[in-house]
Amino acid sequence: MSDTVALTTKKDWTSDQEVRWCPGCGDYGILTAVQMLMPEFGVAPENVVFVSGIGCSSRFPYYMNTYGVHSIHGRAPAVATGIAVARPDLDVWVITGDGDGLSIGGNHLIHALRRNVNLTILMFNNQIYGLTKGQYSPTSEQGKVTKSTPYGSLDQPFSPLSVALGAEASFVARTHDLDRKHMMAIFKAAHDHRGASFVEIFQNCNVFNDGAFEDITARDNRASMLIDLQHGQPVRFGADSERGVVMGTDGQLRIVNVADVGVDALLVHDMHRQDPSLAFALARLARDVHSPTPVGIFRAVDRGEYASDVSAQLLAASASKGPGDLATLLRSNGTWQVG
Amino acid sequence: MTDIEARPTPWHLDDLVIRFAGDSGDGMQLTGDRFTSASALFGNDLSTFPEFPAEIRAPAGTLAGVSSFQVRIASHEISTPGDAPTVLVAMNPAALKADLHHLVPGGIVIVNTDTFDERNLTKAGYAANPLLDGSLDHFRLVEVPMSSLTADAVAPLGVKPRDADRSKNFFALGLISWCYSRPVEGTITWIEQRFAKTPLVVASNRAAFTAGYNFGETTELFDHAYTVPAAKLPDGEYTNITGNTALAWGLVAAGQCARLPVFLGSYPITPASDILHELAKHKNFGIRTFQAEDEIAAIGSALGAAFAGHLGVTTTSGPGVALKGETISLAVSLELPLLIIDVQRGGPSTGLPTKTEAADLLMALYGRHGEAPLPVVAAYSPPHCFDAVIEAARIALKYRTPVIVLSDGYLANGAHPWKLPDVSTLPDISVPFATELNHMRADGEMEFWPYLRDPDTLARPWAIPGTPGLMHRVGGIEKEDGSGNISYTPENHERMVHLRADKIAGIAKDIPLVEVVGDADADLLVLGWGSTWGAIKAAVDTVRARGKRVAWAHVVHLSPFPANLGDVLRRYPKIIVPEMNMGQLCKVVRGEFLVPATPITKVQGMPFTAAELVIAIEHALAKELS
Ligand code: SF4
Repeated sequence: MSDTVALTTKKDWTSDQEVRWCPGCGDYGILTAVQMLMPEFGVAPENVVFVSGIGCSSRFPYYMNTYGVHSIHGRAPAVATGIAVARPDLDVWVITGDGDGLSIGGNHLIHALRRNVNLTILMFNNQIYGLTKGQYSPTSEQGKVTKSTPYGSLDQPFSPLSVALGAEASFVARTHDLDRKHMMAIFKAAHDHRGASFVEIFQNCNVFNDGAFEDITARDNRASMLIDLQHGQPVRFGADSERGVVMGTDGQLRIVNVADVGVDALLVHDMHRQDPSLAFALARLARDVHSPTPVGIFRAVDRGEYASDVSAQLLAASASKGPGDLATLLRSNGTWQVG
Repeated sequence: MTDIEARPTPWHLDDLVIRFAGDSGDGMQLTGDRFTSASALFGNDLSTFPEFPAEIRAPAGTLAGVSSFQVRIASHEISTPGDAPTVLVAMNPAALKADLHHLVPGGIVIVNTDTFDERNLTKAGYAANPLLDGSLDHFRLVEVPMSSLTADAVAPLGVKPRDADRSKNFFALGLISWCYSRPVEGTITWIEQRFAKTPLVVASNRAAFTAGYNFGETTELFDHAYTVPAAKLPDGEYTNITGNTALAWGLVAAGQCARLPVFLGSYPITPASDILHELAKHKNFGIRTFQAEDEIAAIGSALGAAFAGHLGVTTTSGPGVALKGETISLAVSLELPLLIIDVQRGGPSTGLPTKTEAADLLMALYGRHGEAPLPVVAAYSPPHCFDAVIEAARIALKYRTPVIVLSDGYLANGAHPWKLPDVSTLPDISVPFATELNHMRADGEMEFWPYLRDPDTLARPWAIPGTPGLMHRVGGIEKEDGSGNISYTPENHERMVHLRADKIAGIAKDIPLVEVVGDADADLLVLGWGSTWGAIKAAVDTVRARGKRVAWAHVVHLSPFPANLGDVLRRYPKIIVPEMNMGQLCKVVRGEFLVPATPITKVQGMPFTAAELVIAIEHALAKELS
């Protein structure tokens, strides 16, 4: 393992593999953001592992000049947990999508978050199955007409953030593929967080679900439709920050005109609040991606990190019992001598 | 122990099979276990067969709730827990009803008469009291009011009557310890340690045990005490071990032999959970045990750990192997070392979770999508589980392949004396990690090819994260031969399918030839695998002692087969294959070697008895060749 790390550039993090996403896919922007960000961490590429499941986004590890595992549909958090628990010295990232992480792999995702394994989990949410050519996904809006739902989908969609917060993830954030600066800031915070960090990225699939997030992420719409959460600041948005969020006496969050209520009435964002319910309320503020939607860091709290706790138990056991001795172990149930 | 009196010299027995049977709540497993330990330390050869219901506490007093522990102790080497007990200890009517049919004619039945009341008799389905209606005339019936004698013994200690009954299994153990002259000090010490947290329970169990022992001594129910002298086993230091403990310790040893940390990803499942329990105790060996959210995560985490440079292991039973199938195929494709331990049980589905079966062989060999060959190693006795898992780890590491280890419920819970190996003689199974670039590009630059194979083993390099310069990506998509880059070309896929198959087939050069026991000119070969070993050994010995010519080959490596297996099979005019399934190995050898093998099957959740196999062998010998 290298202790001192030479300065790296984006090029050092780019593999020699040709990127094969559809032209115009939102994944490109996310890849660039990650590749541009990696040099900032001062970590050597050999100490980084990207793990993915199956889906368009899950091709991501092939394009990073790091160690990588392109695993099985839905199973990336499980594989990554094994890597992180075996080797707490490594920097482990999980790349997943809405189908991979919330449908076939939902169980692994919530358990990785619950355990708080030191993983940076990026979920590319494009609200569609891309790789299998356009079926509705667990985040598709109700009534979605796709090849598998010609009469419209019936199921209520998951909100990825609600799922993560429900699992009491210690770091939960959201960003989108059109704002590299925002992505990089969020990814950096997610990476620097100790424990499982979950980032939902609104990602445009221009082939099967083009423009799904356009109402909120298009350059001209952002000011009025994205609520950029800032820790310690009142929650407000709009070109002139003229709108904001208040909590009603019924506990419900509402969007108001700041002029009507005054700045002091606005909700002040506290991402370090241990109780996840306010973060949950913020995650539920927009019921679809056509109304003002919070982005940024919803929750960032400290709690025990699983892999280092596992290592600590091993050290404690060695300290109290002494390092294991096989010959002694084999005699631990009593022995007798013949001859 | 001063309150146990000196005794006259007991009469000798060579071989004794006792079956302790009672309600699930009666502590029969504990009693049997303790009797076994005392006999082990006394120096007997022994073999145990615990049987318990799938329900944790089935309704008390019913047949479904009967839990039994059969133990055979002998003054000579034995390989099975005995076909039929000579002594049955029945703690209630249900236990008598469920287990009497096992007993040899004329055997001894020791019953707790206090439980033979109308309610219990009805629950067990007895229309009349079997102690009174003459139905036990063919046995030697010993009636002991164990509950009330236990209550009397513990009453002075101030034990509540309800709690007093919990000690009656120690009364039974004391009585049997007297009958068969088991040393008592070890059991007393064990009671003191095991129940140390509750002094009243120590006192009450000790009092019950002593009362049972003295009851044997002072009553005239037994004409004489017996003993089974120590067996003349090969010199050495012995311990008594179950298959699951041997697997767990084998994994600890494998980690040391490989000089790698062990990572166990597991999900609780009967009858494999004890391996997880045992390994979880040994964190001071640097072993990481991870109780995953499901079977899939269990193997996924183990595979991740293997990628990261650990000895990755997952333990499970048949249903779990089914769930892990997709990841096993990924491990075949990634070509990473991984151990999958399948402690088989009765299936399909939940089947008979606490009973034994060996019907996962075809799943182990073939139960994956795509062409996904892998090595399969089967343990044949509780002690052999230790060696089998080290051998599986050796193959996995050297050839960078997942390996399935097959055990079963019978091996898992059954115990057998094990001559401890000298740990310094265990094999070195360590393999080097890749640290160097290994391929020169056309422009003269060196690079790392994760799928450039060793020409001898066809294994690919194992380069673990943290190694500078060797960053690479592996995945389930087909890889280009050598470079490991994604490749969809038809010729490359065919080449890779063949390479993966050749790699596994080539392991045949690196495993022992199958040994044939018995007569070289035999008329019949018995081909076995797995836990049938004990019964086959006993049966072959018996038939040969009767002057018949029989040979026996027991296969440990089921994939690839030992290089000489085909030659061995073709040497004998008749082949029978006893299996606890519908004839799975038989099907494979018929297909692979075109030999006229005949299956001998048993799927009752119980192992073969030696007698069943004696009959099978003698019938096969008598049958005309067609
Ligand atoms: S199908 Fe959609 S998500 Fe997949 S690569 Fe193409 S544009 Fe991107």
